[in-house]
Formats: sequence, C-alpha cells, structure tokens
Amino acid sequence: MSDSSQIQTEASQPLTNLQPVKVPINVLVVGVGGQGVIMISKVLAALCQQQGFQVKQSEVHGMAKRGGSVFSHVRYGEQVYSPTIPVGQADVLVALEWAEGLRWLPYLKPETGIFIADTQQIVPPFACRDRKHGARSGYAKESVADISELISNCFAADAGQMAAELGNAKAANTLLLGMLSTALDFPADDWKQVIAQFVPPKTVDINMEAFTQGRGWVERYDPAVLKGGKGHGKGLTESHAPHEVQFELPVITEAWCKSCDICVKFCPERCLSLNENRIAELTKPELCTLCRICERLCPDFAISLNYKN
Amino acid sequence: MSELAELSKASKPTSITSGPETKQILRPMMGNEAIARGAWEAGVKVAAAYPGTPSTEIMENLAKYPAKDLHAEWSTNEKVALDVAIGGSFAGVRSLTSMKHVGLNVASDSLMSQTYIGVNGALVLVVCDDPGIHSSQNEQDTRYFGQLAMVPILEPTDAQEALDFTKLAFDLSEEFDTPVIVRSTTRLSHTRSLVQTGERVEAVGKGFLELPTKNVMIPGHARIRHRALLEREQKLQDYFETSELVRWEPGSEEVGVITLSTAYTYVKEVLPEASVLKLGVSYPLPEAKIRDFCASVKRVIVVEELEPMIENQLKVMGLSVEGKSLFPREGEFSTEVVREGFESAGLLPPTPKLELIDIQPMARPPLLCAGCPHTTAYMALRALNSRVSGDIGCYTLAAVEPLKAIDTSVAMGSSIANATGIALSGTETRPVVATIGDSTFLHAGIPPLINAVYNNANITVVLLDNHITAMTGGQDHPGTGRNLRGEVTHKVDYEALIKSIGVKWFRKIDSYNMGSVFQSLREATLYKGVAVIILDRPCVLDPVKLKGPAFQVKAENCTGCQACMNLGCPAISWSDELFEGHHKVKIDEAACIGCSLCAQVGSTNCIQPADSGQLQ
Repeated sequence: MSDSSQIQTEASQPLTNLQPVKVPINVLVVGVGGQGVIMISKVLAALCQQQGFQVKQSEVHGMAKRGGSVFSHVRYGEQVYSPTIPVGQADVLVALEWAEGLRWLPYLKPETGIFIADTQQIVPPFACRDRKHGARSGYAKESVADISELISNCFAADAGQMAAELGNAKAANTLLLGMLSTALDFPADDWKQVIAQFVPPKTVDINMEAFTQGRGWVERYDPAVLKGGKGHGKGLTESHAPHEVQFELPVITEAWCKSCDICVKFCPERCLSLNENRIAELTKPELCTLCRICERLCPDFAISLNYKN
Repeated sequence: MSELAELSKASKPTSITSGPETKQILRPMMGNEAIARGAWEAGVKVAAAYPGTPSTEIMENLAKYPAKDLHAEWSTNEKVALDVAIGGSFAGVRSLTSMKHVGLNVASDSLMSQTYIGVNGALVLVVCDDPGIHSSQNEQDTRYFGQLAMVPILEPTDAQEALDFTKLAFDLSEEFDTPVIVRSTTRLSHTRSLVQTGERVEAVGKGFLELPTKNVMIPGHARIRHRALLEREQKLQDYFETSELVRWEPGSEEVGVITLSTAYTYVKEVLPEASVLKLGVSYPLPEAKIRDFCASVKRVIVVEELEPMIENQLKVMGLSVEGKSLFPREGEFSTEVVREGFESAGLLPPTPKLELIDIQPMARPPLLCAGCPHTTAYMALRALNSRVSGDIGCYTLAAVEPLKAIDTSVAMGSSIANATGIALSGTETRPVVATIGDSTFLHAGIPPLINAVYNNANITVVLLDNHITAMTGGQDHPGTGRNLRGEVTHKVDYEALIKSIGVKWFRKIDSYNMGSVFQSLREATLYKGVAVIILDRPCVLDPVKLKGPAFQVKAENCTGCQACMNLGCPAISWSDELFEGHHKVKIDEAACIGCSLCAQVGSTNCIQPADSGQLQ
C-alpha cells in the first residue's frame, strides 16, 4: 500500500468500472403502532420467499406498540444485501394511515413509485396541542387530490370503511394487500394462499373477499373522480376564522382565596400556583388560554375573567 | 406499474431450488430468532437474560424449545443472568446469556473476572447494540467492552450468519477456554431473512471441574490467569488468521474496504466492485491477513458503525487507512450514509439531487397507551411541583409534553439514588420524588432504596407497579408470579420487602383513583424521611389487552378547556366543534379502554360512560 497523500490525488476521480448491483424491488410499509404493519410485511416476505426470491424484511421494535410511527422495509430480488430502503428508492409505499404515508413519501421513487394508502386518519394528541383561540390541528393538511397532483401513481382508499361494508373492518389490511398485489407481478392465487396462512382460520373467507375487493378497486380506479374533490381533512384541517378574544386574563381576589388549591390542580395549562402566603396567583400568564376552568371551579368566586371593555 | 412488474419478473432467479444441498428448508427468521436457533442447535443447556430492546426476542425464542432441552429464564437483571450462565458453565454445560448493550454495563463486573477463569462448558454472551438509539438511553459500542475483557467478539451480518456464528461461538468458547461475545445490532436483530437451519447436537455435560486455581479468583490465582489470558489472545488471533469468519472478496485494486456487521451489506450495495475484507470478528484481529489485504490494494477504507474500533487497531499496526474521516461516528448506517462516505472519498460521483416530495406532517412520537396507569402519578407530580427523578421504562415518555413531569432519567434503577443525592444536597426546595417501575425496581432499585433509608433521605418513592416488564413487550419478572415459561412461581411481596428495609411511611393505592393519588402524594411528600407509594394497576397491553366500556364526551357540556388532553391519552383528540374559540374534544371509543381518568379530570360533567345516556 502506498502512502495516503498520493492515494488522495490518485483516487479523486470516480471509479468508472463500478457497476450497480441488480436492483432489488423495494416495498416500504408504514403506519401507526398496532395497525398491522408487521403483518402486511410478513405476508409479502413470505410470498416473495415462496416465489423463489431472496428477501429481507427489516423493522424496529420497542416503541412500536406505543402508538408511534412504525415502518417495515421489504426488499426482494436475486440478491439482497442492505436490509433497508434508501430515500427515493421505494418502488411501492404502502401506508396504513394517511399522514404516515405522507411522512414517508420522500422514500418513494420519483416518477415511477406507487403510493398505496388507507385514507384513515389517526390524529395523535400531539396534533392537538395548540391552545390558542381558533388554533388549527397540526394534522397533515394535504388531501388525496393534492397528493395525486404530486405523484402519478397514487391509490388512496378508505380501506377500513370498505372492509366494514364487507362485514369486518379488521380485514382492511388484507384489502390493502389486494391493492398492493396489482403493483407486483405475483399470481393472485399465490397471494391468497399466503394470506390464508396469516389470518385467523374463521376469517379466511372474508379476507379473500377483501383481497379481491382491494385488487378490483385499483383496476377500476379512475383518478378523474378526484378532480375538484374536497380536501380530505373532514373538518379537522379546515381553517377557522380568527376568533375574537372576548376575555382578559383571570383576576384573583386575594381576600376570598382560602388556599384550597383546586384552581392550581385543575388548570389545564398549569399557569396558576400558590404563592408564599398560599394564595392563588397567575404565575405563567403567557400560558393562559382563557379557558375559564379556574373561574368555574373556584368554590369562593375568587377568580374571574372579565369581558374586554 | 407494468414496468415494475417486468422488473420483478426479470429478476426472478431460476436456480435457487436446484442442487442437492438445498433440500433442507429455508425459513424466514429474525436475527434474534436465528441466534436462539443457533444456540439451541449448539446444545445450549442454561440460558438466562433480562429483557431489553433489541435483544428481548432471543430469550423469548429460546423458551419456545422444550424444557427438557434447556433451562431458560428471565433473571432479575443482566448481572444475575450472566452469573447464572457462568454457573452453567462451571457445571460443565453450554450456557448463554443475552442482553442489550447497556445490559453489559450491569453484567460487566462478573465478565471482567470470568474472562480470567475461562470456561468448563461453553459460555456465550449475545450483546445487541442500538446504533441510532431506536430504543435506548445511549449508543455505546460493545466492541470496546470485548476488548477490555479480552473476549473474542463475533460479528454476524445477517440472520444466517447470526445462526452460524452463534453456533460456532460455543465451539470457540470451549476450544479456547474463553467466554465469547456475539455482537448484534438493532438492524440485524430485527431483520428477517432466509435461514438454513440444522439440527440440535446434544452436548454431553462434563460435570463440575474442581480446579480452585482456575475457578477461584484470588490474587495469587488471578496473576497466573492473567498470563494465560494474554496467551489465549495470541492463540485466538492465530485462529482468526485462517478462519472462515474472515472473508476476502477480491475486487478492484483501486480500493479495498474492510468492513463487518450490517455495514458490509451497505458496502456491497454501494461499491460492489471494491475488494472487500469482511471481518466476522472485531477482536482479536487477524493482523497478517489484514496486512496482506492492505498491500493488495491502493487505498484502504474501513467502514464500521459507531466507534473507530477497527480503524484504530489498524492504525496502531502502522497501516495507512481511512475511516471516520469519511463516515460518521454516531447514528445508524444505511445505504445513503455509506454512499455519502464513498462520495466524499471521491470513489463515487455525487448523487444527483432527487426531486423529493417533502411533506412534514406532525410529529408522532410514541405515547403512553390509552388508559395507561402511569398517567395519574405524573399528573399529580406535575401539579405538586415536585422534582422528579425518573427511571427506565414506558413512563420515561412522561418526560415530554403534555405530562412533562420527569426531570432526570439516567439508567436502570438510578431514580431512587439520584433522588437521594438531590434531597441530601440541601439545595432543592421542591419535594423530591423518585418514580420507578416494578421490573426496574427489582432489577436495580432495591439497593438504592435500602441506601435511602440507611442515610435518612427525605424522598418519596413512587413504585409504578403495572405487574409486567411493559416497555420490552410484556415479559414476566419476579413480581408477576410467573417465570419465562409461564409457570407459576413465588411472587415478590413488595409491601413486606419495603417494610423490612425500614420504610415507615407506606401506602398502596389504585392508580386509577386520581383523587387518592393526589392526596397520598401530597401526604408522602410532607413526610420527613423515605415514603413509598405503590400505584397498583396492570398494564393495559400485557399480559392481557384490557378493554372496558368506553367513555364519551357530552359535547353540550364540553367547554373546550382540554384538561383531559393533559393526560396525553391517544384516544382523545379535537372534535370539529368549537367553544369560545377552543376545540371541544372527542373520544375514539374503539381506542378508549374505560379507565375514567379523563372523566375524573373533567370538571363540567362533560365525560361520561358511552352507554349510559340516563346518567346525565
């Protein structure tokens, strides 16, 4: 080996003889903990194996059950090295929840990537943290129509509702598998055979039906129906007109306060506390949202929020 | 879509099922499952662990093999687990312990002496690192521990190697009279790939070997053993020079890559034509082979996750190699990270900037479950303005909004002693409280509680007893009355235990009684000395997923105060209706388990059981 300074100059040109490996197919499955992301990817992995491919399926446990963002990478092909899918390299992105799908869109191959999504919304408490008057939900604002404009292969359906119409909302994941099956070149019967191994025996029939339904839905899909369609927000994401604040901050009549502490305990924003004389005091006025709980709860009418003017 | 279909057709292999050696079944296995399988096939007889992500499934899978094959147990902590395995080794049977990286910190005391003793029956430690900190408190690199203990470290890349290397580890352990570490990472432990399995080879128990000079580490014996340890290191090094664990994959002479573990897969994907020296072992290194490899190429790059452990060893050998100047020392590797490294090395042209769709919906951090019994303690502690030392478990999630009631979290069992120090510092004016889960308390919380009483600290200890090791997915522990195989066993009596330590103020209350929790915490924090409160309610997920009649919001009574949202309950979110400019709330009845906590904090008779219209 020669000395390193020399190497630096020699190697500054890219190696031209390096060829990329034969590219495996990448399917990214995402959702919220507890939805069945792992089940979907296990079915797919089992199918790929049955079809004679090498397959790797990678997930992360631990936090998964706690309602957090969950993902599972499935890669299959002749030779699969890396267990994870790089950004911009997913051939298919399957989302069990709408906002989670949007979160992972950068992983989809630009132009050719296929986005299959359940439009179900699971709104986390985190999206409802803004306590200001007229505050909006932090949940994703993009509708199916918005996304369809951004990517050419967007297939979004209310799988839960469709499965419920079949008689079992729990078959929603199988319905999504039916949708996924149109994106990958495996025979429908092989899909069904593998799915049957993964679902409870009593539910095989309804799951087969859900699979067919999902598959048919994609084949019949007409993006034109989205044109001019309303936002997907179901009101959650609609903006509210700025609300006129009617009240001023709580005023505490010290002489009436008997240090019962109720206002301090129940203030949702924890902006009240007892001072050194054990009298209630608004110590964090900047956090007060004028919700008037303290006013309603004070047994001694010692707190009031006055109308402006 | 058709293009993709063609692609998948084109890449379908034709020969994978041909050939005589492929008659055996290939099974998809998670890395951890494969490790367990490897241990079972190797004839393991004693296996012990404390759960910890990402290692938990190893012991869970070992327990799926028949009890006649092996004793598998959940131990109270990792040191106990290692000592149990060491006991198995003393007794002449093949033994294993598995743990997460920080578990080895706990077990290291025993490991440091055990390595001097060596083995009778094989002793294998499976240690799972967590690069990227998916579910841990730090990102430490186990390989330095192996080096410190002078224990060989095997580094599998995929599930097949996880099985093979684990199996081999047992043989190496006995051949070289050494404990062996098999190092996994989150990515390996939790990736499923196809594995060719074998059959179990029953190892013959050797029985206890009476060798005091080897088994009893007193100074006179230890001095002799230390010399033996150095000799062992040399023998291992010689072995790895020719071992199949180190694989030379010839390629371009321009660049040679020395890599290991899952980093190897990214290298193969990004720079497939490079010469590669794949190390299946990170300590001790086969120096001669590495020198040969380095001499065969113009430029050598070391690609390793986390610390420059290999790189530094090579530099000590006087080799000119690059590594951490190109690749990060923190975080998990990926194809992208490795590609970027090779790009900055000038080996690959810069990736053209992709026009990526970038929508950033709200964060979705993990949450305490709907109905989680831990919630009340933190609601109350925040209102009491306490200084709270937290511990390791689901409840660490109470450190962030909306509960935001934990001030410190260090390591397993730290809370009580941290609180003791804070209280005895004399500078803290708020009531000092330690919160600790049941499994964590049994793991490392008892000595600090004894210490707090012994040194008369003025603290309140809240034992959050949810009857399970919840964070890792619901494992039994000595407080549940069941063992790893689900058999009934003695159940720790916390009350008797705590009182015997000398705690004078003790109370056990229902976690779902918000008023009682408030009241008891207030009394406990006013008490001078160690006060202990047990908050008693089972985890809502394990061992049984709980579901009771749901609650609902009476929209006409809701004033949008959102006091209920301070619970951080995932079943509660905004409705579309507003009251004086604030969103009213709604409850997802499918997610609600009926714990009633939101109804208890609501002050306008706004939340009521869903199916009791008459209660209005």
